[in-house]
Amino acid sequence: MEQFLRNIFDNDFFVYGIIGIIPLVWIIPYALFVIYLERKVSAHMQDRLGPMRTGGWHGWSQTIADMLKLLQKEDIVPAAADKKLHKIAPFVIFIGSYAAYAVIPFSSQYVGSNISLGLLYVIAISSLAVVGILMAGWASNNKWSLLGAMRAVAQIVSYEIPTILSILVVVMIAGSLNLQDINEMQSGWFWNWFIFKNFPFVFIAFIIYFIASLAETNRTPFDIPEAESELVAGYITEYSGMKFAMFMLSEFVNMFAVSAIAATIFFGGWNSPFGEFLSGPLWGVFWFLSKGMVFVFVQMWLRWTLPRLRVDQLMYVSWKVLTPWAFGCIIGVGLWMVL
Amino acid sequence: MKKYFTDIAKAVWTVLIGMKITLGHLFVPAVTIQYPDVKLKLPERARNRLFVNMDDCIGCLQCEMACPVNCITIETMKSLPTDDLGTTSTGMKKKLWVTRFDIDIAKCCYCGLCVYPCPTECIKMTEVYEFSEFERNNLLYNYVTLTQPEIDVIKTKIASSEKEQATKKAAEAQAKQTPAPPAPPRPGKDDKKGGAQKT
Repeated sequence: MEQFLRNIFDNDFFVYGIIGIIPLVWIIPYALFVIYLERKVSAHMQDRLGPMRTGGWHGWSQTIADMLKLLQKEDIVPAAADKKLHKIAPFVIFIGSYAAYAVIPFSSQYVGSNISLGLLYVIAISSLAVVGILMAGWASNNKWSLLGAMRAVAQIVSYEIPTILSILVVVMIAGSLNLQDINEMQSGWFWNWFIFKNFPFVFIAFIIYFIASLAETNRTPFDIPEAESELVAGYITEYSGMKFAMFMLSEFVNMFAVSAIAATIFFGGWNSPFGEFLSGPLWGVFWFLSKGMVFVFVQMWLRWTLPRLRVDQLMYVSWKVLTPWAFGCIIGVGLWMVL
Repeated sequence: MKKYFTDIAKAVWTVLIGMKITLGHLFVPAVTIQYPDVKLKLPERARNRLFVNMDDCIGCLQCEMACPVNCITIETMKSLPTDDLGTTSTGMKKKLWVTRFDIDIAKCCYCGLCVYPCPTECIKMTEVYEFSEFERNNLLYNYVTLTQPEIDVIKTKIASSEKEQATKKAAEAQAKQTPAPPAPPRPGKDDKKGGAQKT
C-alpha cells in the first residue's frame, strides 16, 4: 500500500496523509450505521420497532438526521467549567481511540504503521482515553461528571490488567507483538486461528479479553461511568452539540477497535476462514470488517441482556476473577509450550 | 473456595441463558403499532366523539340534565299547534323546535351518561377519536340543523301567535270581567282582627 502510494505521489505528506485517513473513511459510515444498528437491535430485542419514520424504509436515515441536528446545535460551555480542558477533552478521547487504528491491519496490504510493537502500542494509546475522560469530568465542574469520570478511570485502569494479560497469552504463542505477523501466522483454514490453539487456555483468554474490553469501552454491563439512571450521563453530562457527538463517535470507534483487536489476535484478522477461498487483499478487508462487526453485534447483544454491575461487583470481577484466570491461562500456555 | 468456582460457573451459565432469551426476542415480531398508518380496532361500545342526529331529537333535555360536566347546552321553543315538526324514526311526535344544541367536547368526560336517557337514541358515541384542534373554540360543536334565519322566522311566528293569544286572552278576560259581580267583602279578616284585639 505504502509502495503503491509512493509510486503515485513522491511526497511523504500525501502518502502518510492518505494512509492515515483511510481508517476514518471506514469509521464515519461505520459509526452512522452502528448507531442505527444499535437502536434497531435494542428495539427488536425488546419487541419494539425503533426508528421507523425518517427517510422512508425503516427509518434508515435517522442517524444522518441526528448528526445534522448535532452539527447545528449550540455549543454550550458551562459558566463554571474549566473552559480549555472542557474544549479539548472530547478531542483527546477521540485521538486516543483513533490512534489505535494506526496499527490495526485492515488487510494484508494495508496497515497504517507496520511497527513491531503494534500490540503494545494499542494498549498504550487506548489508555489515553482515560486522560480525556478525567479531563471531561473534571472540567465540567459538575458532581455527576466528576463521579462518572472517577468511576471510568477506576474501571478502565483496573480492566487494563486482564486485557493485557489475556493479550499476553497470544503474544506467547505468536512470539511477536506485530499484528501483521500475528495475522500471517493464522493464515490457512480457520483451525489455524489462535482461538483454537492450546485449548482451552486461549479460549478462556479470549473470553477474559472480551469481558475486559467491554469494560474498557464503558459498555453495559460495565457502564457505571455513564450510568444514566444514577449519573445523568456521567462525564458527558455537560457536553452538547458536536462535542457530545465526538464522545459518541469515540465510543463507537472504541467498540470497533477492541472488536478488531479481538478479531485480529484470536480470529485470524483478514484471513479467510476457508483457506485460499475468497482470500486476497480486498477480500481480506471484507473478512476483517465482518469479523469485527460480529463482535460489535455481540457487544450490543450483551448490552441488552445484562444489567449494570455495581462498583464493588465490578472490582470483584476484575481483580478476583479475570486477573487470576488470565494468569492461569498464561501459566497453562507457558507449560504447554515448554513441555 | 468452592463457592468461588460455582459463582463463576453460575455467572457464565446465566449470561448464556440471558443471551439466548434476548437473541430469541430479536426475531419475535414487534408489538409496536405504527399508529397513524395502522390503527387498532376499537373495542365494542368504545366511547369517543359524541354525535347527535338532530332529525330524531325531540328536545327533551334529558341528556343535558344527565351530563355531569354540563357540556351540553340545549335551547328549545314550543311549536305552535299548527306546525308539523314530523316524527322521529322511533315514531315519537316532535313538539319542540330545538334552536340550540351545543356540545363542548373539550369539557366532555366521555362518560356516556347522556347516551342512555335519550328516548329516541339520537345522541350517541361514534368511533371517531382524532379530532384535536388548534383553536379551543373549534371544539364547541353545533348540532342544530336550523339556520339562524329559520330560527328568526320561528321566533317571530311564535311571538306573533303569543301576542294573538295574549290579546285573545285579554279580550276573554275582559269579556269575563264585565258580567262578573263585584267581589264580596271578606268578613273573616275583620273578625280575626277584632278577636286578636280582644285577647
